[in-house]
Amino acid sequence: MSRKRKETLALTAIAVPGILYFLINNYIPMMGIFIAFKKFSYAKGIWDSPWYGLNNFKFLFISNDAWTITRNTLLYNLGFIILGTALSIVFAILLTELGERMRGKLFQSALLFPHLLSWVVVSYLVYALLNSSNGFVNNTILPLLGVEGPDWYAEPKAWPVILTVVFLWKNAGYNAIVYMASIAGIDKGIYEAAKIDGASKMRQIMTITLPMLKPTITIMTLMSIGRIFYSDFGLFYQTPMNSGTLFQVTQTIDTYVYRGLMEQGNVGMSSAAGVFQSLIGFCLVMLANYVVKRRDPDNALF
Amino acid sequence: MILGIICIMAVFPIILLVIASITDENELILHGYTLFPAKFSLDAYAYMKNQFATIGRSYLVTLGTTVAGTALSVVLTTSIAYPMSRKNYKYRNVLAFFVYFTMLFNGGIVPQYIMWTTIFHIKNTYAALIFPNLLMQAFNVMLVRNYYNNSIPESLYEAAQLDGASELQIFSKVGLPLSVPVVATISLFTGLAYWNSWTNALYYVTDPKYFGIQNLLMRIMKNIEYLRTGASELAAEGQAVSLPGNSIRMALAFIGILPILLLYPLVQKYFIKGVVVGAVKG
Repeated sequence: MSRKRKETLALTAIAVPGILYFLINNYIPMMGIFIAFKKFSYAKGIWDSPWYGLNNFKFLFISNDAWTITRNTLLYNLGFIILGTALSIVFAILLTELGERMRGKLFQSALLFPHLLSWVVVSYLVYALLNSSNGFVNNTILPLLGVEGPDWYAEPKAWPVILTVVFLWKNAGYNAIVYMASIAGIDKGIYEAAKIDGASKMRQIMTITLPMLKPTITIMTLMSIGRIFYSDFGLFYQTPMNSGTLFQVTQTIDTYVYRGLMEQGNVGMSSAAGVFQSLIGFCLVMLANYVVKRRDPDNALF
Repeated sequence: MILGIICIMAVFPIILLVIASITDENELILHGYTLFPAKFSLDAYAYMKNQFATIGRSYLVTLGTTVAGTALSVVLTTSIAYPMSRKNYKYRNVLAFFVYFTMLFNGGIVPQYIMWTTIFHIKNTYAALIFPNLLMQAFNVMLVRNYYNNSIPESLYEAAQLDGASELQIFSKVGLPLSVPVVATISLFTGLAYWNSWTNALYYVTDPKYFGIQNLLMRIMKNIEYLRTGASELAAEGQAVSLPGNSIRMALAFIGILPILLLYPLVQKYFIKGVVVGAVKG
């Protein structure tokens, strides 16, 4: 065996354990998509369950569920992208102004910390604020304003706002890191020149910082759009505490797939919704990557 | 200063949680959660000491899966990233695509669940807490691959080859020792993911014996929810007395975030570095 072939063989051998893991955890389930075209039952197993054509999809799409979960997933993500980007940039600019000083470091720590908490703990925090009998909002904040608070966990109208706030609270500080790194890369000389010309801070932000951030914003946004069919399972499953009255506004594709599979034993509908998500999700990721690649090949995923 | 107020708002729920955990239970029922309770009490923590068997066990489960999962993850991630970084490795692009593709497409949770439960039978095992999804992330593989590409010159490998070292030796004696910073970063990401993980147990565990701290918290909250919604099966069975009260729940949640709180000042810098590197070229 030549030295070159021996080297290839040895390097492949090193990679094998990792390859095996991806094969099992990721690739076998990809093949398993065909389950959505079967009338699956655990008793019969994967192979002996009868084929069911497109019936699972038919049942999914004639129910109202398909529309509700798609609408919720898309609208929440859209709101998160717009508000999340804006808030992260504001945080990044303000934190950059504070710079390396003690206060800047402290503030960044405070803003980033929520990102490190599990969704279970977040659900506890939200519960401490919102529960109707002794939550902070109903017992301390609203009485100050002379308003009586509702039972938030039975108030669907409030949840689009609550979930958005929780999302921003948990993620804006984290995404700000990326924008801060990007701002740090801007040539300081430009700001010096602007200062000499008498440009105010606000004007510097509008005419230098924001335009210079445009490539980063574009790429981060395109990446998020690529994932717009996926929702954060923890946010939508944990925060509303599984409250059935809220499903209309809290159910997304991910929670629907989970509940179909684990709570209702409706594998057919659940797998159909999962395949619907995987396929459209795949198309969107490819599309987003294509657009990124055309604008800025260095930042494309592949 | 606007940012100062925002920052206080950001940490406010956590402060509220800590204060609630040391508030007298009757105070909580009468006046709700507040920043300045009239009466403090350490009853919640005393109760936890009594329940040490359950709480200590779930703490150990979380700690064990976090350590084992992270260690295994580092081994697997570095060992698949290393060949991808070798310039003269014939299949480096094939391998890279194989890993990337898992970020673009996935089969969804249904086939994955059926596979893990009917082929691998991991329901109610410790393996269920470690193996599905968390063990390897394509993103981390790319992070390590890029680090190898940028920080270790090919000539170093060539020199080792001339000395007659085998590929495995080169990987373990040259590649790995030089990759400490990136290994620290992915360990941090992975360790945090394991510590905060609750979905694997949600899907694959029904026996409370295998519940980590997150799933213990979920179970306790759920039991309280039964009472709140009136569907109080537990109360009917006369178990209501043993349900942890408000302060105890908050104390448990605080125990759950305590390690993160303690490690945060030490690791924040590396965490931020990892995020920046991953975003700039990830």
